[in-house]
Amino acid sequence: MRKLMVWLMVAGLLLSGSAIGWAADEDLTGTLEIVHWWTAGGEREAMDALYDVFRDRYPLVSLIDASISGGAGIAARAVLISRIVGGRPPGTFQVHAGAGTIDPYAEPGFLEPITFIYEEEGWVDVFPEPLLDMLRFDGEYWNVPVNIHRSNVLWYNSAIFEEHGLEPPATMDDFFDVAEELEAAGIIPLALGETWTVVHLLETVLLGTLGPEAYDGLWDGTTDWGSNEVRDALVYFDRMLDYVNPDFSALSWDEASGLVVDGDAAMNIMGDWAHGYFMAQGWTPGVEYGWQPTPGTAGAFQALSDTFVLPQDAPDRDVVVAWLRTVGTREAQDAFNPIKGSISARVDADRDAYDVYQESAMDDFAQDAIVPSLQHGAAASPEWMDDFISAVGSFVAHRDVDTLHNDLVASAEEALD
Amino acid sequence: MGRKRKDRLGALALLLPSAAAIGVFVYGFVGWTVRVSMSDWRGIMPDYTFIGFQNFMTLFQQDRFQTNMWNTLVFTVAFIIVCLLLGLLLAVLLDRSMRGEWLFRTIFLFPMAISFVVTGVVWRWLLNPVMEGTRLTGLNLLLHEIGLGALASPWHMHPTWGMLAIALAATWQLSGYVMALYLAGIRGIPEQLRESARVDGASEWQIYRRVVLPMLRPVTLGAVVILGHISLKIFDLIMAISPEGGRGFSVEVPAMNMWFTTFRGLRFGRGAAIAVILFVMVSLLVIPYLRYSLRREVER
Repeated sequence: MRKLMVWLMVAGLLLSGSAIGWAADEDLTGTLEIVHWWTAGGEREAMDALYDVFRDRYPLVSLIDASISGGAGIAARAVLISRIVGGRPPGTFQVHAGAGTIDPYAEPGFLEPITFIYEEEGWVDVFPEPLLDMLRFDGEYWNVPVNIHRSNVLWYNSAIFEEHGLEPPATMDDFFDVAEELEAAGIIPLALGETWTVVHLLETVLLGTLGPEAYDGLWDGTTDWGSNEVRDALVYFDRMLDYVNPDFSALSWDEASGLVVDGDAAMNIMGDWAHGYFMAQGWTPGVEYGWQPTPGTAGAFQALSDTFVLPQDAPDRDVVVAWLRTVGTREAQDAFNPIKGSISARVDADRDAYDVYQESAMDDFAQDAIVPSLQHGAAASPEWMDDFISAVGSFVAHRDVDTLHNDLVASAEEALD
Repeated sequence: MGRKRKDRLGALALLLPSAAAIGVFVYGFVGWTVRVSMSDWRGIMPDYTFIGFQNFMTLFQQDRFQTNMWNTLVFTVAFIIVCLLLGLLLAVLLDRSMRGEWLFRTIFLFPMAISFVVTGVVWRWLLNPVMEGTRLTGLNLLLHEIGLGALASPWHMHPTWGMLAIALAATWQLSGYVMALYLAGIRGIPEQLRESARVDGASEWQIYRRVVLPMLRPVTLGAVVILGHISLKIFDLIMAISPEGGRGFSVEVPAMNMWFTTFRGLRFGRGAAIAVILFVMVSLLVIPYLRYSLRREVER
């Protein structure tokens, strides 16, 4: 049923696209190689929808899909680096928005700024200001966002909460009350997966404890990592780990979300790609499962965004520019995102194309404070993130809050130095 | 004399291409990696600023890298010893039984035909760390079913001994191979030696202890080197069982840390330093063996 709907949606978008007869350059020829890591169910179909929009505009361009799965993009990055440094970049590649991910490419001159496309397409007016802030580096734009994911979402099994007469927790203190009751009832309060999902949990706790402004300041040094507030967050985080499944670290993120589907666990803190997972399990948003911002983060939207870039000396540059123009259009974004589970990066998205969760995310994105996600590369440099993961990884084994705090302070000092 | 020289020239000409290729692609890159390991290369752009042994010092001070080294030690010791003992035991048993030997030999050897990734995927499920409750699966479920629930273990999630669980999977895969090595070795021992021992009144145990085992020493040495370099460089098996190295790096090894440091952290210098440390460890194992076997060849 869901598949049918998606197909109808795609078909409808394609129809409307060709009916309008947008300014397509049907004579453009060349080859476009696209490196990305979207290979999972849902992601694959979303990418195909994006290709369809592009093919419709530029039928003579041949597309080479160079998808490299593995390690949330690390495998793709390994291949990319050798190609870029070796002087043979692909036409374009996927990269997360944010200083930490774009600087390593932009700073040594491996990318061409695309501010001219932003100006010609009028994107400065359609991409929201906080997103533009995340994208700007050295006064230029370097990449086109195709989507926005939210990372601070608490997903819950509605039936469990109903049965036990509980309300999903809005604050940290609520969380522990609820978790206590769930545990007494023999239900795992919070489903947790491998190490990166633990880092993900910690970043939402930091946001929930410090508030958006101070959280934002962690990444540029205006908020002191050594402060008591950060310590409070770490203590909360430590306590939360008492309420997770015993086999956390052994489960992938979707296996952890699966515990909520099976009714073994009541809650899961995960980005909204979990929404796509829940629907793929046959769940209907708002019926079997509900969502809300993670404890203490109401009014804040922890964002990450996938983007495409223009490498320096890219083969068939015209074709790459055409691709970037296309993925930035309203039509392309409204074809891609409903399938991907994310929302359009544009403020003028067609709401009818999206489901009830996505509409709520759009509303929140329009009015909330937007802050970057660490785990997904939007907040800090790769080196800092690597240190962060080391610190959290060790903490999970030893559960020593002081050591964790010291490690985090030390890695922040080194990174902000 | 002229003929001989011509032969030598011909041999040299034939050797040259592969020697040159190995010189560049093996030793050249080893040298280059050593150079990078002493550089401050961070980020994508190569940066060969010389910083001496700083990368190595940082690594050895890191909790995480110390855990990596401990894990390698635990894994190597457990994996080699268990593989050798089990392989020898199976080989001796097969050597003694007549009927169905081919069947058992095939069964024991089969795991070796599978890649580490496949083994890893299967063992990932078997090593489910849930120790009680409704979500038991794999080995822990089996233990509960046969009334040994008390032996249920967190397996690779154990902070100190997690590597033993990985060694279990690796042993399952490679002890059959060691068995084949030993079986070939035992079969290579002339029957007359055993016969004459029997004539002298030696018991079967004494024959194995005094005749067979000493004759098998070269096989053991070869097996240790083969298993040793596999265990020091193990990567794919663990990536398949636990892609992030268990809980708190309980099963992360230097090769995995190298991968994350280089491509997630973009610290190429430090990643190269880990590669050099791995290289030195494997050399310490292989070079004595090479010297030993070269000397034997000269003696022959």
